[in-house]
Amino acid sequence: MAKPQGNRVQLLIGTRKGAFTLTSDPVRSTWHLDGPIYLGHIVHHFMVDPRDANSQIMAMKAGHLGPTVFFSRDGGKTWKESSKPPQFPRAIEAGVESGNPDPEKNLADMEADKGAETGKSGSENDKKNAVEVVFWLTPGHESQPGVWYAGSAPPGMFITTDGGDTWTPVAGFNNYCLQSEGLHGESATPGGQLTHSILIDPRDPKHIYVSISVGGTFESLDAGETWKPLNKGVQADWIPDPAVEYGHDPHFVVMHPKNPDRLYQQNHCGIYRMDRADGKWIRIGDNMPKEIGDIGFPIVIHPHDTERAWVFPMDGTDVWPRTSVGGRPAVYETKDGGNSWHRHDLGLPPEHGYFTVKRQAMCADSQLPIGIYFGTTGGEIWGSLDEGASYSCIVRHLPEIYSITATLV
Amino acid sequence: MLVHIPSPLRSYTKGSSKVEAEGANLDELLNHLDKQFPGIKFRMIDEHDRMRQHIKIFVNKETVDTVRAPLKSADEVHIICALSGG
Repeated sequence: MAKPQGNRVQLLIGTRKGAFTLTSDPVRSTWHLDGPIYLGHIVHHFMVDPRDANSQIMAMKAGHLGPTVFFSRDGGKTWKESSKPPQFPRAIEAGVESGNPDPEKNLADMEADKGAETGKSGSENDKKNAVEVVFWLTPGHESQPGVWYAGSAPPGMFITTDGGDTWTPVAGFNNYCLQSEGLHGESATPGGQLTHSILIDPRDPKHIYVSISVGGTFESLDAGETWKPLNKGVQADWIPDPAVEYGHDPHFVVMHPKNPDRLYQQNHCGIYRMDRADGKWIRIGDNMPKEIGDIGFPIVIHPHDTERAWVFPMDGTDVWPRTSVGGRPAVYETKDGGNSWHRHDLGLPPEHGYFTVKRQAMCADSQLPIGIYFGTTGGEIWGSLDEGASYSCIVRHLPEIYSITATLV
Repeated sequence: MLVHIPSPLRSYTKGSSKVEAEGANLDELLNHLDKQFPGIKFRMIDEHDRMRQHIKIFVNKETVDTVRAPLKSADEVHIICALSGG
């Protein structure tokens, strides 16, 4: 297996109506668009395996049909659907004895037990979670070729060891969600209560972070068997108890590859940084200009510099337009871990630019100088070749953009 | 029995809008369809054997809402996807 390499940047684009690739020349001055792949399908996440240039994978859903995953083993020339897409275990018929640790029995039995405990009856506790959306994909550790993790709505985590063909539940996480109030999918954001930002510590494949929208960030040290909340310091304005352990709304969480103990988070309630030994998130978004605020969906980190990150602020006032603040899109950069922020809007519309950039729709490439790219719900992709200082529109008229990832070809 | 396939699912049936499948009930029929066209069932039926929200199945022009619905060999089955979208 050869890792992706080459002198051309390729952006893999997931949209509401299919997938596309956008490939640069060696100096990133011209770009070539290919696609659509699976026109009409919702592609939530599309990426190349960083361990194997020939392996690509997409998390998809087509309109009214069930969710699925497609994978390619020849660099995207041909695609195959998962023979067993991510799905929760089938609920066992009533009458089966409950008991740990069989995850196949646990789900249905815990639901029945919970009904007895709470006194609730009927449809609430008869609800059996089914995967509505496969939202997120993360490659496994470097030492685990063929392993990928998937995150779903309702909250769920799944693993494949064969490059995406068959998926099994990560029972520890899914049972943890089922046992925890508020993590069953009932607090649905418009896209559902999404499981995202699955992060694998490059030093240890058993060390995993995962986040749930309107759920919080969680950490496992044993490959997903057990989990603990990791939300201390994060605000959740709608929750009466400020000391609540989870229920927060992380939008996007990143772990720095060069220092895996450095985490950044763009949350519904601000931008945060954590140095893991401290165990507490610090709201570095407080250092953003007050008239801009620190609300947004994506956050991108510099692949080599732990102190540099970029965000795309959005309007989170009143009814939450979620468009660029004041109609003036801008990227904000920190070079000192969030202690200060700098506005970059050169090349972006000076007015009436109502951009919304979804959480997975902003990324950096690995070239020098770093290229920063973001895609809008209006179907435009903007790129910067000077590490975020200035921008130009690379392509227009695509469908609503859900995700962008970068590779080399 | 004859099964009518909606357009979003014809990528599984190589474009065919009508296929043959057998089963004493809808679940068996869908399993037979899935055996012929791998992956098609999960796009319509979730992991708990429930019809997905925007799928309707008719047997002899009557709606059925459970995969346990009994079938006879002369029955005709229509699988319909919701028309909405955007």
